[in-house]
Amino acid sequence: MKVTIDAELCQGQGRCFAIAPDLFGFDDMGNGIVIGDGTLDDSSLKLAQLAQANCPEHAIFIEE
Amino acid sequence: MTDQPLVQDFATDFDHLDPQWVNDPYPIWEDLRGRCPVAHTERFGGAWFPATHEGVSAVAKDSEHFSSRQVIISYTRPTDEDLPAPIGLAPPITSDPPFHVDARRLILPAFAPGPINALEPAIRELCNRLLDNMGDHEIVNAGEEYAQFIPPAVIAQMLGFPPEDEDFFREVIHNIIGSADNQDDAERERLQAETEAYFDKQIQDHIDNPRDDLTTYLLNVELGGQKLQHDHVRGTMILILVAGIDTTWSAIGASIWHLAQNPDDLARLVNEPDLMPTAIEEFLRFYAPVTMGRMVKEDFDFNGCPMKKDDWVLLGFPAANRDPAAFKDADKFIIDREENRHVAFGLGIHRCAGSNLARLELRIAIEEFIKRYPKFELANPEGVTWAPGQVRGPRNLPVKVLK
Repeated sequence: MKVTIDAELCQGQGRCFAIAPDLFGFDDMGNGIVIGDGTLDDSSLKLAQLAQANCPEHAIFIEE
Repeated sequence: MTDQPLVQDFATDFDHLDPQWVNDPYPIWEDLRGRCPVAHTERFGGAWFPATHEGVSAVAKDSEHFSSRQVIISYTRPTDEDLPAPIGLAPPITSDPPFHVDARRLILPAFAPGPINALEPAIRELCNRLLDNMGDHEIVNAGEEYAQFIPPAVIAQMLGFPPEDEDFFREVIHNIIGSADNQDDAERERLQAETEAYFDKQIQDHIDNPRDDLTTYLLNVELGGQKLQHDHVRGTMILILVAGIDTTWSAIGASIWHLAQNPDDLARLVNEPDLMPTAIEEFLRFYAPVTMGRMVKEDFDFNGCPMKKDDWVLLGFPAANRDPAAFKDADKFIIDREENRHVAFGLGIHRCAGSNLARLELRIAIEEFIKRYPKFELANPEGVTWAPGQVRGPRNLPVKVLK
């Protein structure tokens, strides 16, 4: 499983990297970015889902 | 507050300056969601108010039909001559695409988490200095002695303004935010001229004495190979000052107001400091201070509402945050709410550029306040006053410190 951020949708609300700083970082503009290739294991999947559930812009996607 | 007649029906004649709305808007919004999800009023020369998360979201994300060139709703409509389109009075909040994208990219790096988080020690020290000044009195004023002082000092430092001008800043904010209420054109113009003159003086001082701050940055930064026009620099500075002050102080005040009345929540925060980031998001959802404005660009039908060119739209992020269609138990404050897609900082391309700073100030202000006063209650619940207009928060907030 992989997590991605849709850069077109992300507006830099900052929720993902606050909730899961090991999975998400931010660029110079403060927009969210995925750290590494976004591959998830069972424990990081939960955090990615929590970040997804807190993104007001619905910009986080988790793929099988 | 307003000399308009009291509102009888908010669905057809809403007014965000009406005393009922100012004192407790939440039941009004709940009622509207149930029977009229987009309210209308002839006041302000015609305005609409979507009361649902869905409606607010649709307007916020639609810059094709809704313009941001004036975001504070008043009885005076801007004309095409009034505002230098497409920049607007205070770029980028008053700018529309495509100019908006560039104007926003100029300021975002200064408000990204890196530079903002570096301010944490200075903000903590400021909060402690204010708490020291408040002393160990039985009654302290969490609004007028604490919340009000934090954002102006932080913003003044970022812009590189003299700290002794803080009282002046607060007056400027009051005048601009309160302009919806001020129907005296001559007085409003005088206040605007006074504000602009002050900023011109600060800009000149920074041209003469460049230093490492946001004002100098704005004077030097280039857009398309050109330095910014004077009006753009001044407009952005006014935006940073105005948008950064009573918004955040309202959030700090409302959070303390909540804790003063909910001793269980206060005790949990005192005993479980790790809960703070989650709690901050719930404070922001439940007491979102900021309502924005838009203007309809051309006649257009929005969910069956016949909107006319230049109608206002009051963009109620606080109302969206209480919509049960978007939040479970929306009308309950849940301090450890795990899933919280609140829109306190707006949605879409105009997401509050200062949100990282606002969160930081709010968190530190609450952390230091409850560290100093782990138990407190409202000293005079009826004496708490709420600011009218598009930024809602308590102003006079006396609390009784308990042993």
